Amino acid sequence: MSDEILYEVTQSEYKYGFTTDIETDIIPPGLNEDVVRLISAKKNEPDWLLEFRLKAYRHWTKMEMPDWAYLKIPPIDYQAISYFAAPRKNAPKSLDEVDPELLKTFDKLGIPLEEQKILSGMAVDAVMDSVSVKTTFRENLAEQGIIFCSFSEAVQEHPDLVKKYMATVVPYADNYFAALNSAVFSDGSFAYIPKGVRCPMELSTYFRINAANTGQFERTLIVAEEGSYVSYLEGCTAPMRDENQLHAAIVEIVAMKDAEVKYSTVQNWYPGDKEGKGGVYNFVTKRGICKGENSRISWTQVETGSAITWKYPSCILMGDNSSAEFYSVAVTNHHQQADTGTKMIHIGKNTSSHILSKGISAGFSNNSYRGLVRVNPKAENARNFSQCDSLLLGDKCGAHTFPYMEVNNETAIVEHEATTSKISEDQIFYCNQRGIDTEKAVGLIVNGYAKEVLNKLPMEFAVEAQKLLQITLEGSVG
Amino acid sequence: MLEIKNLHATVNGKEILKGVDLTVKKGEVHAIMGPNGSGKSTLASVITGNPAFEVTKGKVIYEGVDLLELSPEERAGAGVFLSFQYPVEIPGVSMVNFMRAAINEQRKYRGQEPVSATEFLRLMREKKELVEMDSQLTNRSVNEGFSGGEKKRNEIFQMAMLEPKLAILDETDSGLDIDALRIVANGVNKLKTPENASIVITHYQRLLDYIIPDFVHVLHDGKIIKSGDKSLALELEEKGYDWLK
Repeated sequence: MSDEILYEVTQSEYKYGFTTDIETDIIPPGLNEDVVRLISAKKNEPDWLLEFRLKAYRHWTKMEMPDWAYLKIPPIDYQAISYFAAPRKNAPKSLDEVDPELLKTFDKLGIPLEEQKILSGMAVDAVMDSVSVKTTFRENLAEQGIIFCSFSEAVQEHPDLVKKYMATVVPYADNYFAALNSAVFSDGSFAYIPKGVRCPMELSTYFRINAANTGQFERTLIVAEEGSYVSYLEGCTAPMRDENQLHAAIVEIVAMKDAEVKYSTVQNWYPGDKEGKGGVYNFVTKRGICKGENSRISWTQVETGSAITWKYPSCILMGDNSSAEFYSVAVTNHHQQADTGTKMIHIGKNTSSHILSKGISAGFSNNSYRGLVRVNPKAENARNFSQCDSLLLGDKCGAHTFPYMEVNNETAIVEHEATTSKISEDQIFYCNQRGIDTEKAVGLIVNGYAKEVLNKLPMEFAVEAQKLLQITLEGSVG
Repeated sequence: MLEIKNLHATVNGKEILKGVDLTVKKGEVHAIMGPNGSGKSTLASVITGNPAFEVTKGKVIYEGVDLLELSPEERAGAGVFLSFQYPVEIPGVSMVNFMRAAINEQRKYRGQEPVSATEFLRLMREKKELVEMDSQLTNRSVNEGFSGGEKKRNEIFQMAMLEPKLAILDETDSGLDIDALRIVANGVNKLKTPENASIVITHYQRLLDYIIPDFVHVLHDGKIIKSGDKSLALELEEKGYDWLK
C-alpha cells in the first residue's frame, strides 16, 4: 500500500495554516515559580507533582541552552511565552458536548473522531492546545486493562503508575528543554499496557498548537508490561503563525521483559514561510528504555515540518537480548533547519540496534544527522548497523552527518554506512519524457528514496507521509 | 505528422544542428544514420525537449502544433516517445509505479480518466510478453542494475505501454546481441500501425535488416546531406560515409 504514490495538487503555502476561533484560557506570559504553581493548581495536581515541577524549574534556571547542534537558533525570550492555555469549557462527556468550532477544526485536519473512523481501528486522544478534549475507545481498551488517556487524567486517576514511571527515562535534569518541559508541561498522553496484552489497535494522538504565543509542552509516557505489545502513532500539524512558536516535548517509553513498543511520528508543524519567517521550534526529548530481557522498541519518524528541529529519539538497551530500531526520514526545504538522529546505548548482553536515516534537503535548508552508538564495557556481543543517506535537491542546501561511536567492549560489532546523492537532471528529463512533470518526478524519486522507512509506518500514516513529502518539496526544483 | 524546418540547435554554446529539414508522415519509418558526432542524438533530444539543448533557429511542427512551445512532459502527452540511448536509473522507484504514473499523467494530459488497476496489470502482462521481458524486471527499480540489453528492452516495453504516435529510437540497437536485437525489432514492428510513425537512429545497417525503413537519411555535421530508400543503408554499409562528404 505504501507503494501507492499519492499526489495532491495544492499550493506551496502551508496547507494547515488556519486557526480556530475559540476562547482560550491563557496565563499571562512569563515564567517563575508562581506560574509553575499556578499551572499545577489549575490542573489540581498532587503535591509530589508540584514538587517535581518546582525542582525542575529551579534546575532549569541554572542551565544554559545547548549550542552543540548544527543549528542557528535565534534568541528565545522565555519570559515572553505564555505557559498554559486550555479551551475554556469543561471537558465534554460526548461529541455533542464538544465545541462545534473545535470539531470543525478536527474535520479540516482529518482527525478521526467521527464514527467512520472507528472502522480504521484507531483510538484518538486529541490534544487541542494543552488540555485533552476527547478520548475515544477508552472503554474498549479498558476491558483489556489498557489505559489510554491524557496525561492529566492519568495524574488524577492513576497517580501511582505516573509516579512510578514518570521521569525514569528522561530525568528532569537531562537537558535544558527536558527541564523546561518538566517544569511547565501542559498535557499529553499516557498509555499503559498490562502484562501479556497485545493492544488490538493503533493508539494515536494528534497534537496541535493553536493559541497564539503559547508554548506547547506535551509529555507522553508509555509503559509496556511484560510480554505486551503496542503500536503508537503521533502526528501533528500547526496553524500558520508569524511569531515563532516553541515546542518542547518529552516522550518516555518503558518496555519490560518480552514487551514491544512501536512509536511512529509524522511531524508537520508549521515550517515558516519561504523566506524563513515564522515556524515552530521543535526541541524534543524522546527516549525509550528496553528494561527487560528480549524487549524491543522502534522509533519511526517522518519529519517534514518545523523551522528548527532538535530531536534524537533514543534507546537504552538495558535488558539482555533487547533490540532497538530507529527509522527516520527528515525533509527540509526553504530555510528549515534540522539536527536529528538517535542515541543507542548498549548496556545488556546480546543487544542489537539498527539505525536507518534518510535526509532530504532542498532550498536553502540544512539537514544534519547526529547519532551516537555507545557500547558499555559489560555489553557483550552488542551489534549495531547504521545507515545514513542524504539526498540533495539543488545546490544551496546542506546535508551533514555526525556519527559518534563509543565502543568499550571488544566483542561488539558496530557498522556505519553513509551515502550522499543528488537528483540528477537526467533523471528528471527521463521522467518528463514519459509524461511526468518535474514536481511529480521529484515526489516519485523522493518517495522511492524514503520507501524503506515509509514501509515501517502503519498504513494510514504511510499514505499521509507520502503526501507530506511531496507537499513539502513543492517548488524546490526547476 | 512531423515537419522539421531549418532546425539549428546548440549545446553549451556549440552549434550541433545546422539546418535540419525532415518530414515524417503517418505510417512511415525513417532511419537516420551518420557518423559519431553528426548530431543524431541531439536531434532526438531537441524533438523531445531536453533542456540541455537550445534551439536557435527553425521550426518543429507536430500534428499542426509548434512542438517547441510545449514542455517535455506535454510533448510526451501529445504522443512523442524517446527510446533513450542511455536509459537512466532511478533507484527506489519501481517500474510498476513509474509506468502507472507515466500512463496516468499522459492520460490526464489528453483529458482521459486514469487507467484502472486491473486494466493496468493486464496491460503490463500483455506488453511484457511482447518484448519477452522477464517479469522480475518490472518489480525492480527503474533500470537499476539492469544489463545493457535489459535496459534497451525496457525502453521498448515502455514504448509498448505508452503507445506513442511518434517514436524516436536513439541507438536502440547499440549494445544488443543478435537475439536481443531481434526481440527489440520484433517489438517495434508489432507496434507499427498506419497511424503512428517512427524515427530510428542507428549507426549500423544491421538493425535495418529487422526494421525496414521507408526512408534513410544521412546526417552529417548537423545537416541531412542525403536521403534515399532502404538501399541507401546498404550502400553506406559498403562504402562508409566518406564518399558523401
